[in-house]
Amino acid sequence: MTAPTLLIRDLHLGFKTYGGLVEVLHGISLHIGQGERVALVGESGSGKSVTARLVIGLLQMMRGARVSGLLQFEGRNLEKLSAAERHALRGTRMSMIFQDPTSSLNPIYTVGAQFQEVLRRAAPAIDRAAAMEKAARLLDEVLIPDPARVLASYPFQLSGGMNQRVMIAMALANEPSLLIADEPGTALDVTVQAQTLRLMRDVVERHGTSVLFISHNLGVVREFADRVYVIYKGRIVEQARTADLFENPRHPYTQALMRAIPRVTGGGLPEIEEESERFLEPLVVHEGCGEPGGMA
Amino acid sequence: MSPVLRLVLKRLGISLIVLIGVSMLIFAIARVIPGDPARIALGPNATPEQVETLRQRLHLDEPLPVQYGYFLADLARGDLGISLYTNRPVTADIAQFLPATLELILVAGAMMILIGLPLGILSARYRNTWIDGTVRVVSILGVSAPSFVWAVILMLLFAYFLPLFPIAGRIADSYSIPAVTGFLLVDTLIAGNLAAFGNALSHIVLPAFALALSGIGQAARLTRSNMVETYDRPYIEMARSYGFPERRIARRYAFKPSLIPSLTIIGLDFAAMLGNAFLVEAVFAWPGLSRYGVAVILRKDLNAIVGTVLIISALFLIVNIIVDLLIALINPRIRLSQRPA
Repeated sequence: MTAPTLLIRDLHLGFKTYGGLVEVLHGISLHIGQGERVALVGESGSGKSVTARLVIGLLQMMRGARVSGLLQFEGRNLEKLSAAERHALRGTRMSMIFQDPTSSLNPIYTVGAQFQEVLRRAAPAIDRAAAMEKAARLLDEVLIPDPARVLASYPFQLSGGMNQRVMIAMALANEPSLLIADEPGTALDVTVQAQTLRLMRDVVERHGTSVLFISHNLGVVREFADRVYVIYKGRIVEQARTADLFENPRHPYTQALMRAIPRVTGGGLPEIEEESERFLEPLVVHEGCGEPGGMA
Repeated sequence: MSPVLRLVLKRLGISLIVLIGVSMLIFAIARVIPGDPARIALGPNATPEQVETLRQRLHLDEPLPVQYGYFLADLARGDLGISLYTNRPVTADIAQFLPATLELILVAGAMMILIGLPLGILSARYRNTWIDGTVRVVSILGVSAPSFVWAVILMLLFAYFLPLFPIAGRIADSYSIPAVTGFLLVDTLIAGNLAAFGNALSHIVLPAFALALSGIGQAARLTRSNMVETYDRPYIEMARSYGFPERRIARRYAFKPSLIPSLTIIGLDFAAMLGNAFLVEAVFAWPGLSRYGVAVILRKDLNAIVGTVLIISALFLIVNIIVDLLIALINPRIRLSQRPA
């Protein structure tokens, strides 16, 4: 068996503050197999976004961040790599999509210029014409009509949905093996979000890209992910295949999370407990969803 | 028509309107302040007839709108009238004194950009370290004291107690440099006289620095705060997630967007230096337009006052147009918002 694309084991993260060390991840473990789409679901502040930033290596740059545990990417221990080796992976072997597409693109450069910059990560010598040609092909793949016009445009001239597609195309431009999507499209309205997510699913499927999908939206996760990890206050509380989780949520927190979704059919805003002792109950692992190597 | 060209034409048109407004205003103000310019020019011993003759020659006996009409007609021919103080055409006076002031301001402006911006960048990149702290203290000092105070302090420190720089003037009297551009730094180089160039340079350092200090402080503070803010933008995080080199991120992604507000302020400061130069020139005995301006105001030399103010306004407007242009070149949002009317 080949190594999983991403393997995280007992990952701890703390921040040094004036009041001492504050731990925000209390030892989380997860893995993503090749071509697998895995969701990490939880409320804000649960530690999902910091996990994403640890994988890509952005948080480690922060002073005051204390990280321990295993972060393994395609069989290589990320924390053992030199800064340069680590840096070389970013934007080439792994890439990331952010929440708000329009503000994640630089407002003073054209989409084309930013695309070229991304393509240069994998092919430093690529010239403008070649980059534009490749970018146009990639934009075409995410169903952007008239790619040449979009490449010549600035992000503020495009709609949010369009920018989101641009981001997806950029993220996949260098054929990464891992795509980290941090609440993609949360800033977009629901219909556009649904379209772009469907598109994203199709494209990553075609490319065989593994995805770490960070979200607080269970509905979206259900449509997108093969497997789900539910995270609460820096701990994984339940892990299961997507279908199993939705059919039979076992952990009290997961159950509360599912109840928390307002129904379109009415019935008012759901009453849920803010906090509960039961949310801190131990991890529930569904059948066949354990961590490789026997670690729970 | 390209959007940038349209922007320039629009700004030029607006500037022209502003200049006309300024000319009316200064024309009126200069004439309502008490004191008879003809009497001042001719001195206490002149007869009433002589004064009356001069008043008629200067059209001072006619109503204000008519006087303004004469002024505009002369201005169209590039004639700003005769200065009662120097008895020469005002244009000749301005041509003589303006280069010294322009040279001072240009050097100060260069200092503002070349010192202020890098200090701001440094401060932002090493934020919350001792480097940042030092820069912030220095820049707040620069901003908080007016330039003539700095002029006196710098003069005392570096020309008097520690005589590194000359105390006054533009160049030592021993050099005689043929005037070509009126900028001594340029003329000495044209003359190929490097010693004179060095001398002129040492003369300009202190006054220019005194003039530039508040601008340096402003530019550094503004650049720092903008860059710090820009560093928190999602597109910086995205650039990092793609592994773009940190230096490239600093330059292309953080600095360039932060430059836009800094440029606006630098432009305003640059123009404000035209006014501040009055006092700095006085402290350093700099033979520039400002000293001329003060002298003619005290003598109620109408033509010279109007001429000087007009030139300064025009410079102010030109600087503003240049800044607008630079911003349009950096910021596509402004560039592209110049739609056809």
